[in-house]
Amino acid sequence: MARTLSNAMNAEKTSENQPEKGSDDAKIARPKEAQPEWANGLRKLYDSVVEEPLPDTFKDLLSQLDAKD
Amino acid sequence: MEATERTASEKADFKRELTEVVPHLRAFARGLCGRADMADDLVQETLLKAWAAQERFQPGTSMRAWTFVILRNAYLTDMRRNRFRGEYDETVAERVLTAPAGQEEPIHLSDMHRALLTLPPERREALLLVGAGGFSYEEAANICGCAVGTIKSRVGRARSALNTMLADGSIPKRSIDDDTAHRAILEELDDVAAGQGVAARS
Repeated sequence: MARTLSNAMNAEKTSENQPEKGSDDAKIARPKEAQPEWANGLRKLYDSVVEEPLPDTFKDLLSQLDAKD
Repeated sequence: MEATERTASEKADFKRELTEVVPHLRAFARGLCGRADMADDLVQETLLKAWAAQERFQPGTSMRAWTFVILRNAYLTDMRRNRFRGEYDETVAERVLTAPAGQEEPIHLSDMHRALLTLPPERREALLLVGAGGFSYEEAANICGCAVGTIKSRVGRARSALNTMLADGSIPKRSIDDDTAHRAILEELDDVAAGQGVAARS
């Protein structure tokens, strides 16, 4: 199963483009740097689900939404 | 809130954006409730609610943030009905574990997931939003309907709890199944729910 890591990474970048306001605690406010080794795992856990192929139930549900109008 | 009639193209945009965000909803839900089947039920519920409330979505704003609020509220409601006990899906974790991962990853993702599920829900969701979902503290605060400082504090506490658990290897096996722990979690949920998200009142 080919995983498209870059997709998730890109999606993530766009959402992190907002400037960090009121970041009085530099250590916490910069999630990219000086993170414990598990921080990467947290993201991987999330990305691994994002990259899963969408089950048919969702495709069915989405196509049924239109019919509701 | 005024419900303006949407044009066909606006509806099509909404549908497209909603479709794009489904994988993220699944990831957030999985992190929140731990079990893949329950998480997907939650996402389906969220999609239906989002569709029904689409006139309240402001085009140009973040669909991901908007739908996360809906999902979060549905989760909190279901939690109170005792549907989720933060059960841990071994099958999923094993698969995640064997997925091609960074070589420098000494911590198993299954440990990670288990540790995550032992956190109180409001810290877990804060960490998921910021640490996994890539939301800023401000965005996470909007989603949770609380102050930015509150989110920072929850993320900080969640991180230090994970640090301790993962460094010591002292991850509780099934702390969420423990009745006392579960009752404590439900009590905390009342606090979490008190700050209902702003974007989606349903």
